[in-house]
Amino acid sequence: MSAPKTAPETVPGGPASAFRIAMGTGGWLVAAFLALPILVVIPVSLTDTSYIGLPKDGLSLQHYESYFTSARWLGGTAASILVGLAVALISTVLGAAFAIGCWFLGDRAATIARWVLIVPILVPPVVQSLGFYRFWVTLGLIDTWTGVILAHTLLALPYVSISVFAALANLDPKLPQAARSLGASVWRTVWEVVVPAARPGMITGAVFAFIVSFDEIVSVLFITVRRVETLPKLIWEGIQDNIDPTIAVVATVLVLVTLVLAGAVAVRRT
Amino acid sequence: MQTDKTRYWLLAAPALAVMIVFYIWPLVNIWAISMTEPALGFGNYVKMTESQAVQTSFVITFRVAALTTVICVLLGYICAYSITNVIRSARPLLIAMVLLPFWVSVLIRSFAWIVLLGRSGLANDAMRDLGLIDTPMRLMHNEFGVILAMVHVMLPFAVLPMMANMRGIDRAYTEAARGLGASEFTAFRMVYLPQTLPGVASGALLVFVLSLGFYITPALLGGGRVLMVSEYITYQIQEFLNWGLGTAISVALLVATALVLIVAARFVNLRSALLERS
Repeated sequence: MSAPKTAPETVPGGPASAFRIAMGTGGWLVAAFLALPILVVIPVSLTDTSYIGLPKDGLSLQHYESYFTSARWLGGTAASILVGLAVALISTVLGAAFAIGCWFLGDRAATIARWVLIVPILVPPVVQSLGFYRFWVTLGLIDTWTGVILAHTLLALPYVSISVFAALANLDPKLPQAARSLGASVWRTVWEVVVPAARPGMITGAVFAFIVSFDEIVSVLFITVRRVETLPKLIWEGIQDNIDPTIAVVATVLVLVTLVLAGAVAVRRT
Repeated sequence: MQTDKTRYWLLAAPALAVMIVFYIWPLVNIWAISMTEPALGFGNYVKMTESQAVQTSFVITFRVAALTTVICVLLGYICAYSITNVIRSARPLLIAMVLLPFWVSVLIRSFAWIVLLGRSGLANDAMRDLGLIDTPMRLMHNEFGVILAMVHVMLPFAVLPMMANMRGIDRAYTEAARGLGASEFTAFRMVYLPQTLPGVASGALLVFVLSLGFYITPALLGGGRVLMVSEYITYQIQEFLNWGLGTAISVALLVATALVLIVAARFVNLRSALLERS
């Protein structure tokens, strides 16, 4: 018999049964399968060999040196960060306005509009990239930064729309109604009542938008040629052409940045 | 009030207009290309249905997507269950381990698998050093490698909806079943498992739909030997400049994805699985 519940939040303990042990062990194994393979890039980045492999005679920073002195790698990194910031800004403004408008409307048409906005999540990346390519050719946007930012903004909008709408689920519709009946204009109500409530969703949405853009590769492969190079494109070409340990350095830097940022967020929350 | 409504539409309109003009319209255009290049009519679709290679590609795609989905659901369920119901003190660590791959790009994760599974990769080196094998085993450039890496990429998409669902389940029902004399496993199977099926269904749907159109990991780990539809399309376009056939296959892939969603709508609440997922 399992132990009586002490509080609704705590997980019921009970004696360690075979079932619980099996599930617990399985959970750890699956989590290890998820986390550990990624960490393999760290020792490889420190290899003293000129090919991808574990360090042979000792650790070496030579591939870090080649990353941090390569104009191409640094340029691609800076470009991806700048594109990501632009995409985060544009898609958060557009997506938040969209979600707020739909939240006020709350009718069938608004729901259909919300479905239209999440289409990019469901369409296969290669198919949408073909669409981008042909249209961008017509618009003269091939191999331009504007073209990449526009494509990434479209791919980021679903995430912003979803997270802002989720944040507004907690807003009582009576609040903006009260502001309106006290004489505030629609715009003032939106700005002073609704936007503050939407802010957590906007922040989440902006982070998602940045990551979507920073990691995006398929559309970039189709709509850029030589002038525009993002970090994922350099990694992709590096993997295709020759297996150069510099990619392991880039991967390590990205994994460590992710870990540090995630840790910082976790510390701030607690 | 009518003017208020107009103002709300003014807020929603820019994003909607951008999406329709720059995204939906180009997609419609893909369909138009498939019907007009090189000649007006269904020629590309006839060619597509007659092509053995296209059929093989669709079969591979559905097989890989289905296997990936089944494995993700099984492993994801165990993981979500143990995070929600078994592990207590180490729960934040476990959640972090599940979320880490979510934040690392698919490209980097595929690269890590290439490093592990390649001919002179770490797995082969380790097995040779241990004396388990003499010649390197083929761990990638086949369906095994593609599915292994795809499961790794897709697993968080299965774990997260299942975890959200399990968090909302009241343990009182399972405890009542236990109190009435059911064994732990019976209580799980008869009482707990049925309550988790909505989470399982949304996770499975998300993984399956994303797997159908997946390009990066199959292209990198398949090495041209596991030609899923997305990669087949890029071959047609980039190698043969065959836009007619490439766009026809694209439309077929899009229709297949839509059909999966329509069928799934009978079992899954698409609204909560897609539109309102957090």
